Amino acid sequence: MLKTFTLGGIHPAGNKLSSRGAIVPLPLPDQVAIPLSQHSGFPATPLVAKGDRVKVGQLIGAAAGFISANIHSSVSGIVVGVEAVADASGYARTAVIIRVEGDEWDENIGRQESPDRYLSAFSKDDMLLAIQSAGIVGMGGATFPTRVKLSPPPGSHPEWLIINGVECEPFLTADHRLMLEKSRELLIGIRFLMKALGVERAVIGIENNKPDAIASMREAVVKHALGIEVCPLRVKYPQGSEKQLIQAIAGRRVPPGALPISVGVVVHNVGTVYAVYEAVTMHKPLVERVVTVTGTSLARPGNYLCRVGTPVARLIEAAGGLPGDTGKVVVGGPMMGKALVTTDVVVTKGTSGVLVIPRKEARRKPPRDCIRCAKCVNACPMGLEPYLLMTLGEKQRTDDLEAARVTDCIECGSCSFTCPAHRSLLDVIRLGKSRVNQAIHARKQS
Amino acid sequence: MSTIYTALSQCVIRNVGAPTVADIIIYTAVSLCAIGIASSVILYFVARKFRVEEDPRIDRVEELLPGANCGGCGQPGCRGLAEAIVKANSLEGFTCPVGGASTMSGIATVLGLEIDTRLPRIAVARCNGDADRRPRSSHYDGYASCAVVHALYRGETDCPFGCLGLGDCARSCLFNALDMSAGGLPVISEEACLACGACVQACPRKIIELRDKGPKSRRVFVGCMNRDRGASPRKACGAACLGCGKCVKECSFEAIVIENNLAYIDPRKCKLCRKCVSSCPTGAINEVNFPPRKVALETMKFEPEN
Repeated sequence: MLKTFTLGGIHPAGNKLSSRGAIVPLPLPDQVAIPLSQHSGFPATPLVAKGDRVKVGQLIGAAAGFISANIHSSVSGIVVGVEAVADASGYARTAVIIRVEGDEWDENIGRQESPDRYLSAFSKDDMLLAIQSAGIVGMGGATFPTRVKLSPPPGSHPEWLIINGVECEPFLTADHRLMLEKSRELLIGIRFLMKALGVERAVIGIENNKPDAIASMREAVVKHALGIEVCPLRVKYPQGSEKQLIQAIAGRRVPPGALPISVGVVVHNVGTVYAVYEAVTMHKPLVERVVTVTGTSLARPGNYLCRVGTPVARLIEAAGGLPGDTGKVVVGGPMMGKALVTTDVVVTKGTSGVLVIPRKEARRKPPRDCIRCAKCVNACPMGLEPYLLMTLGEKQRTDDLEAARVTDCIECGSCSFTCPAHRSLLDVIRLGKSRVNQAIHARKQS
Repeated sequence: MSTIYTALSQCVIRNVGAPTVADIIIYTAVSLCAIGIASSVILYFVARKFRVEEDPRIDRVEELLPGANCGGCGQPGCRGLAEAIVKANSLEGFTCPVGGASTMSGIATVLGLEIDTRLPRIAVARCNGDADRRPRSSHYDGYASCAVVHALYRGETDCPFGCLGLGDCARSCLFNALDMSAGGLPVISEEACLACGACVQACPRKIIELRDKGPKSRRVFVGCMNRDRGASPRKACGAACLGCGKCVKECSFEAIVIENNLAYIDPRKCKLCRKCVSSCPTGAINEVNFPPRKVALETMKFEPEN
């Protein structure tokens, strides 16, 4: 019996259309818009102005505080402006717009792994510095600055490093392809992270629907890094969520409101590990990432290595163009992704996929009254009562919402997915959660 | 006391055997009286010790309030408002939307305070982007609530500041004073609106403002909240305030200020001359309850030059 988390979970159709498509570098776009806030925390401070000439990897935004991240230019060219550009939600955020000219890289960056920058030549501090200056953030989607995750608060003892290769969102295959094609590099990256954290034990969690990735990682472990475990997991959404993954692999339960480090675990995504490998061995900042472009109506679903700041439209073109019957273009996966208002929105550090949904499938069914079937309660991986949270949210009963632990909600969408009455459970719960968080914040202030 | 005890002891001595019915009645009555007297003494001292000093004016103010307990004043019910007024010993910032000015002046007389001479107010919706002026760029079919849409994305149109049209304000109104028009904008009833401010709280985009009702209910205000610069407001909506400043130049009373690319008319300085209304190139300034204009040459002069 394979491991998985105990409470709730659902089984959406996998639809991994692009799992056989090798990672292809995307041709450079004519212009990129690099948002200064691609991470959770404070937006970076811009360091360039209109008319400046920049190279690939040049620092263009400096981290503003501890919970923030550096932003580097992903292309070479001329800064056209530092302007407000619509992000995935359609609201304007400040971005550096660069017109692409050639592909000239910063001199300090190696395009290839240099042997002297390999393995134990680095101290813990060297590595932390490299990760911080490269502007690496969690690439699974939460975009939390990696450097912060690697500095456990005093008094905590990290014991396990768990590598998240679950990729439980349907359709997405970016992490899958990385594990297949870059097994060796990932293992080097894992060893860097182990050293940075001072842990002895590392486990890579991979769902059982990727047997080739499991085999490839196992083979690489035998060759390069004995001691690192590969742990196949039973397929269940949302296994890629940090708390669920920790429960599945380590059997430990993160208390509500606490960080994984409180149970001695640190989780990093496969994409993040690859970025760490590149940052340490090649001095390469996070300027490009693998993005899955997929959808049942697309001509050529695939996985593309693309520069941060590339418009989503360019990725869709590469995958065969936007089909005429498109209803939604979603960044991220179908469960937690965000539908776009325009395809001019750019790829950021946290963009794992672009999903094109035909009009017929995109439409939501009209909601009906709750029939009290409790399917949402059974599906909730956090043991909450979504039907109750929705009702309390509609009635704006903030205190009761807080008592019903709405802040534990991980917004995975399992409740909405499973509801036979098509109720928009998550939409209302998310709103209630933000109201509760505001109330908690206000209480702390006073 | 001593006589009672003597009588009691005599009874006991006389009836050594089982007590008669009369005895039981006497014992009961006497012991109950004793308990009653003892309790009253205890309660008297407890009441003195723990007496709550309450301002008698709170009760008098509460009697004057309508007793609807609607919460429209922002206090937890009428009693809450009465307590707050007496505690502050001032009427500044307090208003009863249901009782209106007459109630407030009554309270002022009782407390011997100055009446807050605030003019009656009304809710106004600062967005003119109806379906004709503000084209839709996306379609939303999720949960029908402005608050949910606002948290999710910029809405069905390209304006990230404008009305979302799903009627959170209309649902929040306890007086049926607010409805959504066919064009998707809130329409506020002059008669029914009591300026309680529930819709102001309900609107996630803070479009609704409580404004002085104005003489003869005439008002001039900017019907836009778009604080973006440059071409984006114009692209998003035909009735957007572009922050061009023509109205500021036109105004003889310095009643209009532009902040963050958005004009705002101070209702206390505005003399309702309506020059700004005709000067606005996009028609973002609203005039309400004025008699129809005579078509004059001077208004033609201010047509936008395209």
